[in-house]
Amino acid sequence: MSTWMRVPGSEEGALAALRRLLGDLLEKGLVDALLVPRPAPGGGNLVQVLVNNTDALADADPVAPVMPVQSARILSALTAGGAPYRLGAVLKPCEVRATVELAKLKQVDLERLVLIGVDCLGTYEPREYSALVAGGHDPTAHALATAAAGTVGPIAGAAFRDACRMCEQPSPQGCALRVAVLGTGGVVLISGSQDLLDALGYPQAEEPAARGAALAALVAERTATRDRMLGEVRERLHDTAGLLAEFGRCIRCLNCMTACPICYCKECIFRSATFDHPPAAYQGWLQRHGALRLPADTVLFHLTRLNHMSASCVGCGVCSSACPNGLPVAQVFRAVGREVQALFDYVPGRSVDDELPLAVFREDELGDVAK
Amino acid sequence: MAEDFEPRIVAFLCNWCTYAGADLAGTSRLQYPPNVRIIRLMCSGALDPVYVVKALLEGADGVFIGGCHPGDCHYQNGNYKARRRVAILKKTLEQTGFDSDRVWLRWISASEGRLFADTMTEMVDAIRAKGPNPLRGQWGM
Repeated sequence: MSTWMRVPGSEEGALAALRRLLGDLLEKGLVDALLVPRPAPGGGNLVQVLVNNTDALADADPVAPVMPVQSARILSALTAGGAPYRLGAVLKPCEVRATVELAKLKQVDLERLVLIGVDCLGTYEPREYSALVAGGHDPTAHALATAAAGTVGPIAGAAFRDACRMCEQPSPQGCALRVAVLGTGGVVLISGSQDLLDALGYPQAEEPAARGAALAALVAERTATRDRMLGEVRERLHDTAGLLAEFGRCIRCLNCMTACPICYCKECIFRSATFDHPPAAYQGWLQRHGALRLPADTVLFHLTRLNHMSASCVGCGVCSSACPNGLPVAQVFRAVGREVQALFDYVPGRSVDDELPLAVFREDELGDVAK
Repeated sequence: MAEDFEPRIVAFLCNWCTYAGADLAGTSRLQYPPNVRIIRLMCSGALDPVYVVKALLEGADGVFIGGCHPGDCHYQNGNYKARRRVAILKKTLEQTGFDSDRVWLRWISASEGRLFADTMTEMVDAIRAKGPNPLRGQWGM
């Protein structure tokens, strides 16, 4: 049973309490800087901002229902070789999971990094989020109001991203500070590392029973959606024609890979000259096949990426959001990723102590794969 | 069609064991089907799945990967790593509508020329029974 504390200021609203919490972390010197979402200048969009003073937190929006960039990628840049200062990162649960995977891939240094995981209240596609704001909506206020009542759902007429609709891990795990807003009746609760809790010194609180019930109901609903969505993907991919159709609109722009937090390789084969074929090579294929789809290697790209990173896929869905042609990349990667992860009983993002499947081996295993 | 179908198999062989085994099969004048195109690698663990997938998408009817027996890897443990990669590869293929039994991973040592020749015969027969790779003649990938 973890200890919970109630963040003061909740009577002015959960958002005010969240800002108070972040301000206290800075003012008490528990972190030297914070990575936190804020509205971009001009509004209508959220961006990750690195701040080192409480004035810059005046419009911080830690629960905004949008994720234009996966913060794990940013943390890789901010902590390469070790962060020079104590950095607090305000993250959604899938960003925490991706950060854990990147730490194991030696792309994030956790040494001076304080992971602050916030309940995820779902996210809209960035362009839908902007449209909602332009239409006079306040997506954060809506998210917090529904969360206070113990539910999560989009503003009427809008929809969350598919990856969020099938996400069964809306509450962060494995971080120094867990921030709860779902099913808390409008107050902000925190739990996590005892050192941080002691230093913050907020009043102790009980975890409300409503929160457990709200989470259980949400996870059940999401799991059902996940099973339905992934079942549909498996149905479509039952033969190679299905695969070709699935990626039929792919233009091999590499956006899914660029957005993916796990695809970190500096020397990716798909950015190399490996697939810059000389004209005579196309001529050779043409003679052999009689017809040749261009750009070539679109299916090869996705199948290779599935091989390289699906074991670590945390299901954040930024690949789908990045696709200019609306391909269901996230569904395919989650469907295949779950099977790949099951081979090694691996749960990506759960713990830095779980070994990456492709980084280790057992002498006595997989007897049916090789003879 | 089935009678005149000749499988095309791309074989990735490790330099230290299976390639030497293939060499021994040759110098021992052992007969095995000529359907196999061999590519020599330094280690089965050095094989990126991208090349296996590329061969299958280009219409290869089967892909063979040969490495040293467990415990015998010239680089200590490359073959164990290859086994994990191939496990993921086969799962990925299976999940995307391919017949993952078109990909074989086998351990054949430098002294096992006979095993190499027999394994090639076995694989060519198995692939012949399956028929051509359904992606042969497809241009949509």
